[in-house]
Amino acid sequence: MPGFPLSLGITLFYVTLIIALPIGALIFKAASLGPEEYWRIVSSPRAVASYRVTILSALGATLTNLVFGLALAWVLVRYDFPGKRFVDAIVDLPFALPTSVAGIALTALFAQNSWLGSALASIGVTVVYTPLGIMIAMFFTSLPFVVRTVQPVLEDLDPALEEAAQSLGGSDWSIFRMVILPLLTPALLAGLSLSFARSLGEFGAVIFIAGNRPNSTEITSLLAFIRLEEYNYQAAAAIASTMLFAAFVMLAVTNFLQARALRYTARD
Amino acid sequence: MKIVLKDVVKEFDTFRAVRGVSLEIGSGQLVALLGPSGSGKTTILRTVAGLEFPDQGAIYFGDEDATDIPVRERGVGFVFQHYALFPHMTVGENIAFGMKVSKKARSKQEIHARVNDLLRLVKLEGLNNRFPSQISGGQRQRVALARALAVDPKVLLLDEPFGALDANVRHDLRRWLREIHDELGITTLFVTHDQEEALDLADRVVILDQGTIVQEGTPEEVCRKPASAFVMKFLGDTNRITATAKSGMVDIPGARLSASGLADGPVEVLARPGDLSWSFDGEGIPVSVLRVIDRPEGRRFLVRTDAGETLELDVPIDIRASSGDRGFVQVLRGNVYPR
Repeated sequence: MPGFPLSLGITLFYVTLIIALPIGALIFKAASLGPEEYWRIVSSPRAVASYRVTILSALGATLTNLVFGLALAWVLVRYDFPGKRFVDAIVDLPFALPTSVAGIALTALFAQNSWLGSALASIGVTVVYTPLGIMIAMFFTSLPFVVRTVQPVLEDLDPALEEAAQSLGGSDWSIFRMVILPLLTPALLAGLSLSFARSLGEFGAVIFIAGNRPNSTEITSLLAFIRLEEYNYQAAAAIASTMLFAAFVMLAVTNFLQARALRYTARD
Repeated sequence: MKIVLKDVVKEFDTFRAVRGVSLEIGSGQLVALLGPSGSGKTTILRTVAGLEFPDQGAIYFGDEDATDIPVRERGVGFVFQHYALFPHMTVGENIAFGMKVSKKARSKQEIHARVNDLLRLVKLEGLNNRFPSQISGGQRQRVALARALAVDPKVLLLDEPFGALDANVRHDLRRWLREIHDELGITTLFVTHDQEEALDLADRVVILDQGTIVQEGTPEEVCRKPASAFVMKFLGDTNRITATAKSGMVDIPGARLSASGLADGPVEVLARPGDLSWSFDGEGIPVSVLRVIDRPEGRRFLVRTDAGETLELDVPIDIRASSGDRGFVQVLRGNVYPR
């Protein structure tokens, strides 16, 4: 890298241009509404319903990710099996695939007239046009985050730690719970926050499968988009600003939790 | 607890790490497994621990066949080369781990009291609430030992216990480990590539090369009667003088050494730097001085014989020479091996 002043200058310039400027514009636009009008828009029943479905689906998708992402990372790091490299490569597919393609694929798969959709319908489960469908779309697009944040940490975990725990008489379960899981926690939290953020903001994959009925399966980013289509820029900005706020709160919470989990690395 | 290894063989893929090792370690002994890297010493230690299982042979703890007992039930305390302390647990929690996961239920007070006893034993009182990243390497080493001792192991196993420490700390910890061993009387086996460490600390030294035992005995036995040229060279600085044996004797300028039991033919005479002496004139191997090395404990000459062999010898500090000076080297003691 070139010298510190130059590299810092370039970095700050880009951070300002690409992140701070648009966010500033958004806040400025929303602020031009005045407090009462702003509050009326962001607390309208339709908006509140969209928050609820977005946040609950994102939460569901993220917690599912946590379990399956950890399991997937574990299998990829710890075991050798035929096709391992294929599985490892396919994990990145949701990153590479345009999300609208993912949405269409999922809709086609779970539609009532498809083989899987009709099979599920026969046991009373409907996926398309329900929050479950939203969750599945979010799950699909955010799975790589947990896998890819946990995997390198798991790979670097010193095998001697587990051997030491074994020599001290620890069972597999107690070693996992008391040694491995706490050491993976910071990475899990990082993956969790990325996955949750992605789920909150997921648009392309969700709108195909969600049905987008106001007050039930309409996600917040779609509502902002609809306001934009109606040339109601201020209302769009207001709704978008709530998502921005949610993203900040979530980042703060995960950073706090991560710092707590990493307490032991602090030296005095 | 007595440990017996019977014809233990261990292979990794195609590499034979241990090729038929038989060994008996008496109860309460402190034994060193000494060898260069790749000699199989760590593999043997891990096999005794139950972290590896032998492909052939058997391991007995006392009279019990322990060959197939997994590590968590074998009752060994293992201290890892880089300590393997749990980084997210405090010193106290690290030491308590074995008691917490044990099937034998202990009360919180009981565990707490035992942790404090062990901290006192390893002289780390007051560090209970520190994390491993907040203490020095030597302290981590002692925590690792306390953690291993917490589960009342029948046998203590240490893998390169002082490998990652400064020379000064290493010296102190050696003395201290010996004291702890004498206090507890627990059968202890440790691996090292440092001959000084092995000789300093152990009751008996087992020297390994390429997966087999080349010699075992007390430090005195292996130092004074090295069984092979390998042992002799491995244990310390060695001079090599090529010569020829004839009817049980080897003649070199200024000395006549016994080569009993060796067939006539080419041999090598191996001698320590302290087993050679220096004179400016008289008998001996004619040499010229290459370099003079001064050390706190004495002076060493690096010389070259007229045949082109380099020798190192320790001389009294009142003998002065500079490079290029000529003189003679006498061999006072030496071991003769076939070449």
